[in-house]
Amino acid sequence: MSIDMEQFHQTFFEESFEGLDIMENELLNLDVGNADNESINTIFRSAHSIKGGSGTFGFTAIAEFTHVAETLLDEMRDGTRQVTQEAVDILLKSVDVMRDMLGVYKDGGDMDEENNNAVQKELEDLLGVEGASASDEGSNDSANETTAGGWQISFRPHIEMLRTGNDPVRMMHALGELGKIEVVVNISELPSFADLNPEDSFLSWEITLTGDISKDDIVEVFDWVEDECDLDIQPIVNESENVAEAPQAAASDTLATEKAEKDPAAKKATAKKGGSETASIRVGIDKVDEIINLVGELVITQAMLGQVGGEISEDEKHDESRMEKLLEGLAQLERNTREIQESVMRIRMLPISFVFSRVPRLVHDLSSKLNKKVNLVTLGEGTELDKTVMEKIGDPMVHLVRNALDHGIETPEQRLEAGKDETGTLTLNAYHKGGNIVIELSDDGAGINKERVLNKARSNGLVGENEELSDDAINDLIFHPGLSTAEALSDVSGRGVGMDVVRKNIKSLGGSVRVDSTEGKGAVFTIQLPLTLAILDGQLVKVGNETFVVPLVSIIESIQVKSDNLNGIAGKADLYKLRDEYIPIIRADHIFNMHGGDSTLDNRLMVVVEGDGHKAGIIVDDLLAQQQVVIKSLETNYQRVDGISGATILGDGTVALILDISGMIDMYKEKGTPEPTTPVTPPQGNDSDIADEAA
Amino acid sequence: MTKAASELNSIIGSELDSDADQFLTFILGEEEYGVDILRVQEIKGWDSVTPIPNTPDYIKGVINLRGTIVPIVDLRQRFNMPEIEYGPITVVIVLKIECADRDRIMGIVVDGVSDVYDVPQEEMKEPPDFGNVVDTEFVRGLATVEEKMIIILDIDHLLSGSEIKATDGLAD
Repeated sequence: MSIDMEQFHQTFFEESFEGLDIMENELLNLDVGNADNESINTIFRSAHSIKGGSGTFGFTAIAEFTHVAETLLDEMRDGTRQVTQEAVDILLKSVDVMRDMLGVYKDGGDMDEENNNAVQKELEDLLGVEGASASDEGSNDSANETTAGGWQISFRPHIEMLRTGNDPVRMMHALGELGKIEVVVNISELPSFADLNPEDSFLSWEITLTGDISKDDIVEVFDWVEDECDLDIQPIVNESENVAEAPQAAASDTLATEKAEKDPAAKKATAKKGGSETASIRVGIDKVDEIINLVGELVITQAMLGQVGGEISEDEKHDESRMEKLLEGLAQLERNTREIQESVMRIRMLPISFVFSRVPRLVHDLSSKLNKKVNLVTLGEGTELDKTVMEKIGDPMVHLVRNALDHGIETPEQRLEAGKDETGTLTLNAYHKGGNIVIELSDDGAGINKERVLNKARSNGLVGENEELSDDAINDLIFHPGLSTAEALSDVSGRGVGMDVVRKNIKSLGGSVRVDSTEGKGAVFTIQLPLTLAILDGQLVKVGNETFVVPLVSIIESIQVKSDNLNGIAGKADLYKLRDEYIPIIRADHIFNMHGGDSTLDNRLMVVVEGDGHKAGIIVDDLLAQQQVVIKSLETNYQRVDGISGATILGDGTVALILDISGMIDMYKEKGTPEPTTPVTPPQGNDSDIADEAA
Repeated sequence: MTKAASELNSIIGSELDSDADQFLTFILGEEEYGVDILRVQEIKGWDSVTPIPNTPDYIKGVINLRGTIVPIVDLRQRFNMPEIEYGPITVVIVLKIECADRDRIMGIVVDGVSDVYDVPQEEMKEPPDFGNVVDTEFVRGLATVEEKMIIILDIDHLLSGSEIKATDGLAD
């Protein structure tokens, strides 16, 4: 029977990438000089699984490379090699190489042979040089591990061992290759034929292996079944040996048992870790998407029924008891629907640690490259957000971290001069706020040099020669496309994207980013993002004859315009005095070039919104219901539209567009609110009705 | 093989005649146009749409097609033909178009649906070069069926007009 190995590749890749992440994480957490055995074991295990898997699937390049790294790890595990910073760095590089190789096997492409060989050489050099010097002290250890006589192995598989695909015969062969082998099988456990389950393992073996064999070689044979059998490996004490040698044998005896005891403990710890991981399942994202779509439909159906129910209740007051039941049922449906939707949404929610976990490595690499000392603090790693948002926030985060290390935190000398601790601190913090997730990235570095930013902006013509800007406005300039921080603030240029791209990416997710900075004290970048891109709580509003959805999170309040508070600037822009501040008035019908709006502002309804830290008032004709809407993309079949973040389907089956508040504010800034190109027809709404609801 | 089965096979055989493509034709003013029937998802009556702000006039708006947001294009306006009032036989033909490496669903508003014709490939004629008089970018070919000329449209070009391609990068 031939098995199509291809089907296992996907799983192998997923597991291997996961393994590499674990390795990287543990390596970064390794306390150099005082390394935790368990950590090293974990790293070793990951490498070993990758080596085994890639060998099985014929990815020889990975298998060969990993073997070298594994050898190094093995020496660390045995204690024959000290854990040095140099070794950790090389191992980190090896993780990168392995990741690249896996990527090439997975997606095709060319291997970076040169780099791979270089890193392999580094590994081998390290092994060769220190291996030689360490071999003296190491030889004692290995002497303890080897007995001239051989080993007595008692191998009792657990009943389910065969089900995991492990074949005892193969292990016997492997042992046989190590030395002279004698096997005695114990069939006492074998049940009567009627009770025999061919998938269970009832046999156990007593194996006598003679020859000059190291214990590690034997353990390696049983590596895959450690958790599924009782294994006891004892050296054979040669009775004819000199009595003087007995203590040594006894010593090695205790050492072996000690090791055997230590091993299961380490195993248990890793098994526990593995256990928490198996609590999650791998589900194809397409399946989850399908459920989310279905639930979205359910929400729409529920809204439709709700509407029908509401209408009937007005028409047929006479049949009240039946009506009541219908309404009761509908209320229940609404509750259930919402619960289903929430729990389905939770499937896609992942802790932000998935993004944060990329940062320690980045900080490690960059700080050594830039010769800076940086201490990374992460808080709120358990804060959850939607996977789709997570995937897109990774790159902007990386850029902000890079920016903070490159431009924010100073060199140790500069820091000491400024009277600070020579180690800078970069803090990542995530928490939920309303329907949003807030990610704060703060450093205690130099902060933004406002003068330089302003000078750069002036020389680029972004800011007029005599124009004065508030501190916030200056800080905001660093997100301007015409002012790359890489050029403006440092000669160490940032790689690739500028801060404007960071802002653009975050905006495209419906989020915002802003910066607070105190010169000499540090800067805080605050990213605000919606928890999910699938649903939002919206306020339905009427503009002309059309219904739009305003995201509830961006609404501050809704008020009725009073003519006393209206102000104009240069006859162009309308400003509204809202308590102690002036906010621009955005006329949705003008911005969207719609006909039939009311030309006067007095007594109209205004929704005060905030987007990107800017407040504005949007004039609408009516406020309708508040409801949760399912976000549908306009881009699927059409394209992106300025000022519109998407569409949704209302209870009556019609489509309503969702307003992109930040986008609208940008549109307003660009073109103001010109009159529509065609004449405006006289007002049609009934103002007094609206006034009641506005309260 | 039973008689019924062989009949079925002959029917399927004729349907799968590789030399002739089937086209759904529709009326626009005095002219008859055809689109590849395999691209037609459904035909539905005209219903109100939700307009999208700041889009060309020929984009009438979007509709909800069983949970999917589908843009609707008025073909008369797209071809700069005089507009007419939408009436009871005004229909929307929902089409699957391929552009920018993925499928999109769009609806076109036409005066009315006409017929389905088999057009053998050898009967499809290249459109003459009209110079600047008529933009032939949307025309795949001309076919003669029952003494009438049918303009076969290249719908991928028709609806994936330059404006979509230009902004497609932004969408990602």
